[in-house]
Amino acid sequence: MKIGIKINGKWHENDVEPRLLLVHYLRDVASLTGTHIGCESSLCGACTVLLNGDAVKSCTVLAVQADGAEVTTIEGLARDGNLHPLQQGFWEEHGLQCGFCTPGMIMSACQLLARNPHPSRGEIREGIEGNLCRCTGYQHIVKAVEWAAEHSGK
Amino acid sequence: MAAKLLGERIKRKEDPRLIQGRAHYVDDIKLVGMLHLAFVRSPYGHARLTAINTGAARNAPGVVAVFTGEDLKGRLGFVPCAVEMDGLKIPEHPCLAIGEVRYVGEPVAAVVATGRYLAADAAALVEVDYDMLPAVTSMEQALEKGSPLVHESLGDNLAFVAKIEGGDWKSVEADPSLKVIRQRMINQRLGPMAIETRGVIASYSPGEDTLTVWSSTQIPHLLKTHLAILNKMDESRCRVIAPEVGGAFGSKLNVYGEEGVACFASRQLGKPVKWIEGRRENLAGTIHGRDQIDDVEIYAKPDGTVVGLKCFILADLGAYHQFLTPGIPTLTAMMVLGCYNIKNVFVETKGVFTNKMATDAYRGAGRPEATYIIERAMDLVARELGMDPVDVRMKNFPAPGKDIVLPTGVNYDTANYQKTLKKVLKLSGYSKLRKEQVRLRKKGKLLGIGLSTYVEICAMGPSSRMPAGGWESGTVRVEPTGKVTVLTGASPHGQGEETSFAQIVAGELGIPYDDVTVFHGDTAQVPMGIGTFGSRATAVGGSAIYYAAQRIKKKMARIAAHKLEIKPGEVVFADGKLQSKDGSKSVAFTEIVTEAYYARQLPPGVEPGLSELYVFEPPNFTYPFGAHVAVTEIDAQTGEVSLRNYFAVDDCGRILNPMLVDGQVHGGLAQGIGQALWEELIYDENGQLLTGTLMDYAMPRARQFPWFETANTETRTPVNPLGVKGVGEAGTIGSTPALVNSVVDAMSAFGVRHIDMPLKPEKIWVHLKQGAMPGRDAA
Ligand code: FES
Ligand code: FES
Repeated sequence: MKIGIKINGKWHENDVEPRLLLVHYLRDVASLTGTHIGCESSLCGACTVLLNGDAVKSCTVLAVQADGAEVTTIEGLARDGNLHPLQQGFWEEHGLQCGFCTPGMIMSACQLLARNPHPSRGEIREGIEGNLCRCTGYQHIVKAVEWAAEHSGK
Repeated sequence: MAAKLLGERIKRKEDPRLIQGRAHYVDDIKLVGMLHLAFVRSPYGHARLTAINTGAARNAPGVVAVFTGEDLKGRLGFVPCAVEMDGLKIPEHPCLAIGEVRYVGEPVAAVVATGRYLAADAAALVEVDYDMLPAVTSMEQALEKGSPLVHESLGDNLAFVAKIEGGDWKSVEADPSLKVIRQRMINQRLGPMAIETRGVIASYSPGEDTLTVWSSTQIPHLLKTHLAILNKMDESRCRVIAPEVGGAFGSKLNVYGEEGVACFASRQLGKPVKWIEGRRENLAGTIHGRDQIDDVEIYAKPDGTVVGLKCFILADLGAYHQFLTPGIPTLTAMMVLGCYNIKNVFVETKGVFTNKMATDAYRGAGRPEATYIIERAMDLVARELGMDPVDVRMKNFPAPGKDIVLPTGVNYDTANYQKTLKKVLKLSGYSKLRKEQVRLRKKGKLLGIGLSTYVEICAMGPSSRMPAGGWESGTVRVEPTGKVTVLTGASPHGQGEETSFAQIVAGELGIPYDDVTVFHGDTAQVPMGIGTFGSRATAVGGSAIYYAAQRIKKKMARIAAHKLEIKPGEVVFADGKLQSKDGSKSVAFTEIVTEAYYARQLPPGVEPGLSELYVFEPPNFTYPFGAHVAVTEIDAQTGEVSLRNYFAVDDCGRILNPMLVDGQVHGGLAQGIGQALWEELIYDENGQLLTGTLMDYAMPRARQFPWFETANTETRTPVNPLGVKGVGEAGTIGSTPALVNSVVDAMSAFGVRHIDMPLKPEKIWVHLKQGAMPGRDAA
């Protein structure tokens, strides 16, 4: 099937198998490997991207379902060489260790901050509920999101 | 400068690539002509393979080859086990099953195709005929006469028996004044669950006869050696690269059959072959952790002095040994006395084969089990004698000091267990908590306060005590431009070594931190190495780098001294300069570097260039310690446990970067708490894995944790020049017993003295419904 998806502001057109998962489209067809796969069953959140602004697990979306949509991945967050506040926050507050969960975590946090610019610690924990991290114990991730909330729009 | 860099909270060098999605994990690497591998796995716990029909799979679109165990016979070696022990049975462990399958998930056939989806499609077309055999999944049944045998040829399911005995048991057993407390404790099976599953790319170049392997591994150098042996290849022609590794926790400290098969396939086909493990495969076919039944007997004086401990350990090894499988429970035996001065010990460890995936090193590896046993035991003593758990611990700590030898044979480097305990009592407001507990109980509310004071064995370790070498290599090379390249054999997977090792070298050489770059993981770049595990990277790998930097300094000082006309011993490295002690004479760091490479005016006997390798052999393990307090609330209606507060005081020796230390502690806590409260891998009696997906395996999520309150004490170790002890496993080891002690403490009102993990609501509810809580105020 022929599909067109706008990824990080750039239009991509390809002929794909109907069963191709969006995450595989992003990684293997569009060569954007920043989005990771941890389970392929919508349970770990590693593959989280923004689909028309909403955080979705791209392992549970077919590429054809994203036809005509706008997708933002971790590669599309930094602007003009400046890190997104969330990226900076994760760096400042040691919000990552192995980094494998990080792109998905940041994309989920993106949606959280868009909906609630000043979340409490509890709300941050709720907001990243769909994302597993085995390394950090989550505390520094919470701090990283707090950092981003404090520094957004500045 | 040195003092300023070490101990500072410095942001990580590795982060910019990771937070922008620009890092390369195995699955992010694509090679021209790359093929994809998928495995057909056993759906049964124990069965004979009567026929494998690969015809349909071979004819499926995109399929290039299909291999079975028979195809590999004599051409690909067995999965290795590095452990040597008296009387240890080591069954042959083929990379693809031959004749029989012995656990669910065991690889039976391998399909290679031009695409990932095509390989998976074709794998589903491989027809395997199984003749079911009786399985055994209970260790106790496995040891009974007449039990089904996991390996017929071995005659029984007992892989080994090991004993440790020390002290004078005759007089202990003859002393009628001693209280004897017995308890069985189950340490359940866990999944390491790195978020990145395993993955490998093997790329064989027929022309050059070289094999390059990218693997998500903790041990690239050991893997290279073993893949060369497995493939009967000249090791010089093999190269292993651990690219970015997405977490491991011991699960990638191994040599797996799938890695062997990927190499075999690539050699057969002359093309790169990639295999990426799925999450279900990961749950079934990546090593598991823990899985022990521990029967404990504690002998205590009425004043709380523990004089003896006996422990009978049954360790479920699974169906085959992986790299370190039988070695893990021996660490439990070694550390079972914890941080207590107990004079008499007896431990019998039996390793048992069952129809399950192999257990092996999972974060803590044998020591969480030991700490769980002894820390639960100390609480049982307190309970039995009506003492506060704090007092029992204080009573049994050795006096602070060095070189404390226990009857288990361990030799604690430096200890001050009183200090961490006192600090955590203060941090948690322990006595206030106890008062609150009494108040709440009167209102029918259940508050638990649990303590754990642990010691762990880290910085693995002296080679004499390790299965495959315990040293680590460090290379420091000052490039002609003055930039510094550091190579470490301690291949990391999230620990931040690119940062902490740069701190060490920049500090030593007196140059900017940004001028130092640390590389790891590529055996063609790093001359030799062991890997990152057992909380060893900084203590052993960092020390190697420290000494390599000393060698560089020595050489540069000689060149500088020659130039400045002072003695080499008078040269100081600071602020990008080499100078005399009083600062009156100085020369730029880069000028000496240029001199070393141009080599026009080198002092006699000095070789050109600036590259030094140091291999550090640690004289002893290190023994970090700490004290944790867990405060839990239990819902008196449902039995649900919620963790209200967590306080951790850890002593990991000298701290190089407090931010990284906190990160290690937090992650460890989450895993240790996960074991206590939620996580469990369950097999049924047929060997079926009932928790084979993330739907069934309860991975901890963010909102299940309170804010961790952490602090440190710093008792340096004399075992290495940096004084660091290691911190990778502390949180995991300390937290599990603190949680269980806390919940049992809350439930003591119901007469409960022990509940096995994970502390799911139903296990607690059973006790709650057994009656009203004594001492509760009438409502
Ligand atoms: S890979 Fe999509 S949720 Fe795990
Ligand atoms: S940083 Fe490793 S899984 Fe989150």
